[in-house]
Amino acid sequence: MARFIARRILWLFLVLFTVSIITFTLMHAVPGGPFAQEKALPPAVLANINAKYNLDDPFLIQYLNYLGDILLPRITSGKQPKSLEHEFLINIKLPGEGDPTLRWMNWGPSYKSSSRTVNDIFRENLPISFQLGVSALVIAMCIGIPLGIMAALKRNTVYDYAGMGVAIFGVSVPVIITAPLLQYIFGVQLRAVPVSGWGSFQHMILPALALGFTQSALLARLTRASLLQVMNEDYIRTARAKGVSERMVVIRHALKNGMIPVITVIGPLFAALVTGTFVVETIFGIPGMGRFFVTSVTGRDYPVIMGTILLYAIFLVLANLIVDLIYAWVDPRIRFD
Amino acid sequence: MAVMEQQSHTAGPVTRLGARPKGESLWVDAWKRLRRNRLAVLGVVIIVINLLVAIFAPALAPKDYKTQVLADNNAAPEWVISLFPNMKAKGTEGGFVTVNNSYLLGADSLGRDLLSRIIYGARVSLAVAFVGPVVSIIIGLIVGVVAGFFGGRVDNILMRLVDIMYAFPTFLLVVLLMAFFRTSFGGAQQPGTLAYTLGELDASMGGMLFIFLGIGMTSWMQMARLSRGQVLSVREKEYIEAARSIGTPTRAIMVQHVLPNILGPLIVAETLTIPTYISYEAFLSFIGLGVNPPTPSWGGMISEGARSIATYPNQALFPALALFFVMFAFNFLGDGLRDALDPRMRGVD
Repeated sequence: MARFIARRILWLFLVLFTVSIITFTLMHAVPGGPFAQEKALPPAVLANINAKYNLDDPFLIQYLNYLGDILLPRITSGKQPKSLEHEFLINIKLPGEGDPTLRWMNWGPSYKSSSRTVNDIFRENLPISFQLGVSALVIAMCIGIPLGIMAALKRNTVYDYAGMGVAIFGVSVPVIITAPLLQYIFGVQLRAVPVSGWGSFQHMILPALALGFTQSALLARLTRASLLQVMNEDYIRTARAKGVSERMVVIRHALKNGMIPVITVIGPLFAALVTGTFVVETIFGIPGMGRFFVTSVTGRDYPVIMGTILLYAIFLVLANLIVDLIYAWVDPRIRFD
Repeated sequence: MAVMEQQSHTAGPVTRLGARPKGESLWVDAWKRLRRNRLAVLGVVIIVINLLVAIFAPALAPKDYKTQVLADNNAAPEWVISLFPNMKAKGTEGGFVTVNNSYLLGADSLGRDLLSRIIYGARVSLAVAFVGPVVSIIIGLIVGVVAGFFGGRVDNILMRLVDIMYAFPTFLLVVLLMAFFRTSFGGAQQPGTLAYTLGELDASMGGMLFIFLGIGMTSWMQMARLSRGQVLSVREKEYIEAARSIGTPTRAIMVQHVLPNILGPLIVAETLTIPTYISYEAFLSFIGLGVNPPTPSWGGMISEGARSIATYPNQALFPALALFFVMFAFNFLGDGLRDALDPRMRGVD
């Protein structure tokens, strides 16, 4: 088990390393740097800005510098400008003379908003997206899984058709439709909740529903298909033959195994939801991470592009690791080799 | 697995030895099943209607999709106004909507006919629906078949590549690729170079080529995993061994024996992914990286309309309805195909 986790963490670093190389190369291959504008800057000014951000270094040096800033911890002592707190993600005060501080993970500045660093973006915008994403995931699971179970257990009855009708409706309607529709019905017509904005529980209801509904449909279909397959297994027949009540057959035997594909999907879903969703956050005017997935690219804001991609990759690999651990707990036959 | 063997009968002369009474191939059988599935047939009908609409758009559209009549911006016909309680016609108390019955569904903020734009928009959505899967199948199939067939180190490297590709946030990668294509190949290029040809081709398609490429290049991984798994299970079959023993070259085995036998599940998976491609296009239009204006696309129209949903709900809802029907149709068709082709679902029903 420990070996398995160690190997997966090693794999995490390999993934992050490869992802960072591919992204770094691709984003530098896109013509037009962060400071190329419609109205061109005077060459001397541009050269100065590029020099300030070390954009005039050779490509490989830039990459190594970037990697070094993140990976290498530093110890500073004496009076330091306050801005260092913003540059580094981790600032730990060490005991000793002269206020020594261990600083680690400098994700770089944001070229587009020069007063903020990538860490500021993480600190301020990620919690918002995280909150929204987790609520959406909870909604998706609370609607989707019971709906799928009901449809599978009452197969070919009106419950099944109704449940799957709702589900196919959910998969067929992209969020760019559900979000304005929810706004129109509950915000504009019924005036039950605010149309957009962020800050209170009421503000979160519509976006979380919009996000969660689509995903719940996906989970419902998957749960149904997987449960139907499991219900045909021999061990279900054995359990029934032993005289186990139908209720226990479903709870103990079918659900436990039937949930494995569902858990597999929830891992990546979690990573995608909590790191921010552009469409929903834009439509509802939520200051989350989502917009940086687009504005960073259109503005060639290199450190923000790298930061958001790596953040997503970290979440994804960790979520998958947790999924693998849950496998072992749900189904002891799955061994880590 | 039983069905995989039945499928193999289509691959060679073994068919005549098959135990099936009428000697029907899996595909004929699947077609019969599909025809019995009413929802899937409904899906096919909707898709065919949309295809016809897309092809005959110039004949069907009542107005030109790009003519702007500024006097008629945000105009709506009477029935639309009576449908939405918050839209009030000019002349009534607090009225703000220009009434013009010549726009059957209304006009957008630039005074362009919504219905005509929805009709032309079918072209973009359907093109993405059909070409997106082709690009992703081509890439995914090559990677998957090579990995599955050769196995060993090749397999290991290719599948780790797939794992790493999965670690990218799809949307950001699509946006990055689109930015790369648009700025590298668009604009002023030397005539005669590849970049120039690609840029011209894209411009002549209203910006769709790069959308196809961007979507295809970020969604082939599922195909690769699936086709690899299929190849692994087919590779060990007796008929492959038989083909090998009579000296069939590797490439012929792959094309004639492996490919036809793994296609079923791939087609099912790809049909079920089509709605995702359509919503990618909608997303790209939403962020302004979609087709070049004034080419209409449903995604673009929805995102434009969503901005004024409180005052002119028709501008977002009608294209949304069109998009919804097509997504619905592809989902029905995909489900139907899966029930007809997927061996595992057979035992269930």
